[in-house]
Amino acid sequence: MLGITDPWILAAYLLSFLSAVACIVYGLYNWNKGGNNEESQITEEVKWEKEEKQIEENL
Amino acid sequence: MLFDIIVVLIYLFVITYLGYLGYKHTKSSADYLVGGRKIHPLIMALSYGSTFISTSAIVGFGGAAGTLGMGLLWLTFLNIFMGIFIAFIVFGKRTRQMGHNLDAHTFPELLATRFKSKFIQGFAGGIIFLFMPIYAAAVLKGGSDYIQAHFGISYEVSLFFFATIVAIYVWMGGIKGVMYTETFQGAIMFIGMIFLLVYSYASLGGITEAHTKLTNLFGHAEVQDQAAKLVKGGFMGWTSMPAFGSPIWWTLVTTIVMGVGIGVLAQPQLVLRFMTVKSNRELNRAVISGGIFIIMMTGVAFIVGALSNVFFFESTGKISVVAAGGNDKIIPVFIKQYLPTWYGAIFLLTLIAAAMSTLSSQFHAMGSAAGRDVYQKAFNKKGNPLFISRTGVLVGILISVVIAYFSGKLDVSMQIIATGTALFFGLCAASFLPAYVSALYIRKISTKAVISGMIAGFVVGVFWIFFIHEKEASSLQLCNLLFDKPSLVKETALAKLALVDPIIIALPVSTLVTAIVGVTAKSKLDEAHLDNCFKGIK
Repeated sequence: MLGITDPWILAAYLLSFLSAVACIVYGLYNWNKGGNNEESQITEEVKWEKEEKQIEENL
Repeated sequence: MLFDIIVVLIYLFVITYLGYLGYKHTKSSADYLVGGRKIHPLIMALSYGSTFISTSAIVGFGGAAGTLGMGLLWLTFLNIFMGIFIAFIVFGKRTRQMGHNLDAHTFPELLATRFKSKFIQGFAGGIIFLFMPIYAAAVLKGGSDYIQAHFGISYEVSLFFFATIVAIYVWMGGIKGVMYTETFQGAIMFIGMIFLLVYSYASLGGITEAHTKLTNLFGHAEVQDQAAKLVKGGFMGWTSMPAFGSPIWWTLVTTIVMGVGIGVLAQPQLVLRFMTVKSNRELNRAVISGGIFIIMMTGVAFIVGALSNVFFFESTGKISVVAAGGNDKIIPVFIKQYLPTWYGAIFLLTLIAAAMSTLSSQFHAMGSAAGRDVYQKAFNKKGNPLFISRTGVLVGILISVVIAYFSGKLDVSMQIIATGTALFFGLCAASFLPAYVSALYIRKISTKAVISGMIAGFVVGVFWIFFIHEKEASSLQLCNLLFDKPSLVKETALAKLALVDPIIIALPVSTLVTAIVGVTAKSKLDEAHLDNCFKGIK
């Protein structure tokens, strides 16, 4: 297959592409998950903004 | 020549501008160290990718594929599976959350605040500051070597200019500047490598046709003659794995594939990237660009590196390593001889970008290690943190340049770039990986266990590098100087151990020590602190 006879090399070749495809599928599937709609994320963001503001003020 | 210089000047202008943008936006120490923790996922992923992939991966390991064949694609698989998938999803999310919970600004600081130990911060910072210059020097040398060959200037001049440019924008922008420029550099690398892949396959008549030619190449009598030394070491062709248990098999599987493939998980300059994004959503999205980027970098470099043998053999009757005059010269000579002239300039940029992006992050990590981890935290000294970090960067650059300068005097056939890279990756994995995993996943583990594991991994790793693993020990010369042989196990019943990469020994040792001490010593960390560490982590 694909001009490669050693199954170990063929496996590495295909797995490389498949793992990249897996990355794409995972990313698209979870595109909006783990975002700012979660409560902890909102609290986190508020804390960030406060810190940023404090830094600005200190400067 | 003039075209090349103009292209490089435009590129330098753009990165200087981006560095300036970063400088303008760098207001606080937090901004300088972790980019104010608000970085777009695409920027984060490209920045992670271009930091990960350097001239070492493209020229050094691409050349290794030219010599050893497509078995290197196992490294591409690990690069994506470990370096992106596992690193982002399993480690990245917890690192991001914990880094924020603990307000950690560097990788050593994350471990130190998690385990409430100044020793950890100083020890980890010390390892980074002392050993990262070897990796940085390897990358610096790779970039300088290529520029030297391309423009026909001396190595010293090339090194001086290259290091100066990198130094200026790292000094100016901190990580925001670094991440902006890296994204631009990542984009250049991406385009450069896509063309290389398509052109190489098309020139050989398509994917299957190209692979078939490469497979059949090994049957030629001349090839068998030229590759006689490799065949003796276990080489069985560019589309076959080396003979199981042979010296080449050990090098390919333990040093190249596992050393770098697993070592990536505990790279301080890469772990830091996770702390720069706002939420897990950004990490989920970054997995896409990260995965595509890595396959286009190492996947292409290794495929084209192996295929270069067909090009060289058809026109010169020689295999790549013979025709190019050395492992590290395969990719540069291949580009010069078989790709269009205009592409030479683009590839030059691809390589400069690859080297610069990695170097800038390395210098940044060294600066943080020296300034924040060792000076400010471990030694408890006061002072302007921004100034101290930047001074640390400057010192790191100077040490790396000095190493790169002297490594330029060494024999090219010693594969300095790949050796330096594998050395640092292996040492990081052995010293930091069990501690890092424990920090993120084992709530009750004691500080004592983590420190014991770190020290054990580091000591065994360094011992193996200097005295057992022949490839590194013979280059470093210390074993030869003290015991008059390249490796302590040479010509003994344990001679095979000289082929085994340090990571294969040191990582299990450090894991085992962490586990044993972990079982016997109880954690003294209070519940409130642990609650804070794991806040928001499910």
